[in-house]
Amino acid sequence: MNETKIITNNVNVYYGEKQALHNVSMNMQANEVTALIGPSGCGKSTFIRCLNRMNDVIDTCKVEGTITIDGYDIYSKETSVEKLRERVGMVFQKPNPFPKSIYENVAYGPKIHGIANNKNELDEIVENSLKQAAIFDEVKDRLHEPGTALSGGQQQRLCIARAISVNPDIILMDEPCSALDPIATARIEELMEELKKDYTIVIVTHSMQQAARVSTKTGFFHMGNLVEVDKTEVIFSNPSNKKTQDYITGRFG
Amino acid sequence: MSFVNLNDNNLQKRLSREFRFKVYCIMAMTFALGFVLFLFTSIFSTGYSAFYKTMIPIEISLSSVVSDSNSFALMTNEEINDLSIYSLSKKNIYNLFPNITDRKEKKEILKIFSYEFEDEIKNFLKDNKENINDINIIYLTASDDIDQLHKGNFPRDIPEKRRRLSDLQLSFYDELILENKIETEFNFPFFTRGDSREPELAGIGGALAGSFFTIIVVLILSLPFGLLAAIYLQEFAPQNKFTDFIEININNLAAVPSIVFGLLGLGILLNTFGMPRSTALVGGVTLSLMTLPTIIIATRAALRAVPPSIREAALAVGATRMQAVMHHVVPVAMPGSLTGAIIGIAQALGETAPLLLIGMVAFVVDVPSTPVDPSASLPVQIYLWAESAERGFVEKTSATIMMLLGLLIILNLTAVIIRRKFETKW
Amino acid sequence: MNILSLFIILIIAFIGYFVGRSRANSIRNLSGKRLTSISHYYGYYVAIWSLVPAAIVFLLILIFNDYFVTNYVLSGYEDLENSSRDLIMAQIENTRNGIQLANSLDSNIIAAVKKLNYIESQYRISGFIVVLSISAYLFVHASIKISPSLDSRKIVERVFLILFFSCSLIAILTTVGIVISLLFETLKFFNSVPILDFLFGLNWSPQRAFVSDVSELVPEDIAGAFGALPLFAGTFLIAFVAMCIAIPVGLLSAIYMAEYASSNIRNIAKPLIEILAGIPTVVYGFFAALTVAPFVRNSGMSLGLEVSSESALAAGFVMGIMIIPFVSSLSDDVLNSVPRNLREGSYAMGSTKSETIIRVLLPAALPGIIGSFLLAISRAIGETMIVVMAAGLAAKLTANPLDAATTITTQIVVILIGDQEFDSPKTQAAFALGLTLFIVTLLLNYIALRVVKKYSERYE
Repeated sequence: MNETKIITNNVNVYYGEKQALHNVSMNMQANEVTALIGPSGCGKSTFIRCLNRMNDVIDTCKVEGTITIDGYDIYSKETSVEKLRERVGMVFQKPNPFPKSIYENVAYGPKIHGIANNKNELDEIVENSLKQAAIFDEVKDRLHEPGTALSGGQQQRLCIARAISVNPDIILMDEPCSALDPIATARIEELMEELKKDYTIVIVTHSMQQAARVSTKTGFFHMGNLVEVDKTEVIFSNPSNKKTQDYITGRFG
Repeated sequence: MSFVNLNDNNLQKRLSREFRFKVYCIMAMTFALGFVLFLFTSIFSTGYSAFYKTMIPIEISLSSVVSDSNSFALMTNEEINDLSIYSLSKKNIYNLFPNITDRKEKKEILKIFSYEFEDEIKNFLKDNKENINDINIIYLTASDDIDQLHKGNFPRDIPEKRRRLSDLQLSFYDELILENKIETEFNFPFFTRGDSREPELAGIGGALAGSFFTIIVVLILSLPFGLLAAIYLQEFAPQNKFTDFIEININNLAAVPSIVFGLLGLGILLNTFGMPRSTALVGGVTLSLMTLPTIIIATRAALRAVPPSIREAALAVGATRMQAVMHHVVPVAMPGSLTGAIIGIAQALGETAPLLLIGMVAFVVDVPSTPVDPSASLPVQIYLWAESAERGFVEKTSATIMMLLGLLIILNLTAVIIRRKFETKW
Repeated sequence: MNILSLFIILIIAFIGYFVGRSRANSIRNLSGKRLTSISHYYGYYVAIWSLVPAAIVFLLILIFNDYFVTNYVLSGYEDLENSSRDLIMAQIENTRNGIQLANSLDSNIIAAVKKLNYIESQYRISGFIVVLSISAYLFVHASIKISPSLDSRKIVERVFLILFFSCSLIAILTTVGIVISLLFETLKFFNSVPILDFLFGLNWSPQRAFVSDVSELVPEDIAGAFGALPLFAGTFLIAFVAMCIAIPVGLLSAIYMAEYASSNIRNIAKPLIEILAGIPTVVYGFFAALTVAPFVRNSGMSLGLEVSSESALAAGFVMGIMIIPFVSSLSDDVLNSVPRNLREGSYAMGSTKSETIIRVLLPAALPGIIGSFLLAISRAIGETMIVVMAAGLAAKLTANPLDAATTITTQIVVILIGDQEFDSPKTQAAFALGLTLFIVTLLLNYIALRVVKKYSERYE
């Protein structure tokens, strides 16, 4: 078992009056893939967006409880969300490259954080990130063409490259394959296998097969509650909760 | 059972009613479009003739002014200006019709020329210092009435008393025509000269410069303020009563009649702040306040159209809200916002009423060279000339309208091109 | 105080940006560690410190300069009233500029001119020094303060946010400016003319109150000259004529574009009709006066009717043409937003197109269409140039469209064009008319927007 990277303790999330998450407590280990599954609207996306405080964007959203990364409370007053998001990258459901060149897409993060000291370093970061995201060979001749011109799967890998360009510890993936075809999905899954050597990965997915394929640990969410979290094999073969059982056997969801 | 029942009276009636309704709709449409066409053709057909002017060549001998015609080459422009050649010019003009001897009748010869003929001759001398001969052929501008007569706008068949040209002057004209001495040329001075009481000398140069300075002021003020205000309201403003209040204000301002902005300019800018009256500066500030809501509303719409995923993408790599907006959202929204700005500027360019109240209707002969010189603007010039009685101003007015419409069409086309070319598609 | 000092502080700020940036870079290279913000925020930081406070001081000095100069120059005249102080000041300035009026060259004035010159040059030099030293001091101060822990990004972004916010305040300031400028003069006007006489009086002849000597005026004379009812009636008459053209033509065109036209025709016809809204109103005015009014008059005469050459009909007709697009565009949008299933329900019962439109679509879209009419009416009421050029100038209470009628906007222009005498009831009357216009159009727009909004919520 790897060391524990993220600990959430009694997390409650409210959108205005409505409570979206109830007392979610779970741990995520470093250099592992943790999958979050559950029917739509169950709160898994809300939960993952707490981990890099993307929920801050929504005015009415309120988060209670503690979330620590490497023992540091990310909702403490001194936390700078920008620094946090530098360490916790995110890939979204729909590929969302900036309407700029491929190079600019990847270089943006290092630029605003002042990671590169000069142009050469920046070039190097861009190249390495694209290589790590397994897209460099496909785009190396057209780095200055718009990122929006790539295919869906390529765009998503570009977004992964963008997320790792700032050298994060953790990558959050919010249903990264839901807009992709099976071949592109397979490539992303392969990539995750590679990436978990360097990063802690948390993935939200609506596909149980995907969770089973890629993750070490799986959490099942239902109606804002974390119903069960355990080793992936256990969840899919011998869940302790009846609801989990019903869900993975396709009774609802 | 058949679906083809043409003997059904009721259905017949309904179908003919349907047909009539459609015809009404098409008629309404045709009426509206026909009017556009009618307006344009009517303006163009009265206006195009202002782009050329009527000239009459005369022979001028300068021997009585200077001993040797070569000496002009040594004279400065000021010295030429100081020459007194009025009576000499007159004499030479009279020579056009040698058989007229009566003094009164001679005066009538002068009236077929524009009254600035002396200046025209001096300008000729200044421009051709090196090549002055003993006898020179100089083209002089014909008076407005002859100009109109030559362009076919002057009714000859009404009684002499009600005509501005006498029978004698008409006979001069006919004689000149026979001798092939009436010519037309492109009316270049129309674009460079300021206003004048004489239609044949009046130009839109002053109005063009006035409009130019006004629009520059509008650009400098309304574009940055409008953009930043829109960015604030759309991207940063907290949702509260005060923000709502600002928004209500902007929407209301967009609907306030333009003349009210004129009252604002008069009451606040001129009388309270003491800004210089009749100038492009005040006109520009007044029109900026009017254009601002248009720019803000267009920019906000453009910002709203940028998908939120772009903001999220930037935030997720650790950009601040300001960085996400300025680096990613604003550049994407720029074409839409510029389109709105151009349309706002086009409105400002065609606006008249507020300018009347802040005194940009003064009769300005000099072409303004700075925004704080008294000046007119294109639409105001149209208003001023439209109010003048002389027939010559009708074609000038139409020609000015053609210029104004031309500029507006260019602006709007630019807006369309920007939108087509640079808009990001999602 | 002059533009030069502003220019110099701009240059200092410009240099400040580069100094700040390079200092940040060198600190970073020395320590080898990342700073809190990237280097160009340190550049902005120094630039803002060198520019903003100095520019504010510059503005303050600019605003209060005149006040202090006047006070100093007129230090012997404290007991005078404000208006006569202004007069003396103007006299002094004229004398200095070489424009001599009747009673200048009096020794007091010459002394004052000297004082004026002296104090102005003093202020200019000291203002220049103050502004520049503030800028320079803060430039140095900010450059020294740069350190790895200074979060310049936060500060710079806060300053930008304040700047953005202030820009959005202009909308409020403009509204306040309009209200103040209108209200101020209007209240003065109602001091000499009772508000009821203004709103319901039948006689509008402001020139009668405009005599050379105000003291000769009999108060009753003033009150009786500013009855604005004929203007309201004229405005209404012309707007009514305009709506008689714009409503049928605009609505039928909208129906044609929304329901009958193929998308090709629609793509061409819609912008063509919108050209009508883009043509400057002064062009319509010229056209109305030159072509339409004589045409109306001649055709009326051939029918044996007495038609004024400035008939409300001609002005209203052209104005109607101008507002066609306001009716057609909005109605078109409204018709397009009627849900498809309403249409299909009607067709499924065998209705013809026109039956569907008249029985189903128009009733469903009615609130939105009425909203567009209201917006068009407010346009018509506020329109100025067409009526100034083509409608009459004399106020006459009439409902006959063949007669000449005058409008609120026309009278505002007639009164205020050219040189006005301020503080006369006549000029104030123009502002009172402006306020009336402002309130009426605001109400119309408010109601129209409410109606349209309610409508669009219904089908969301």
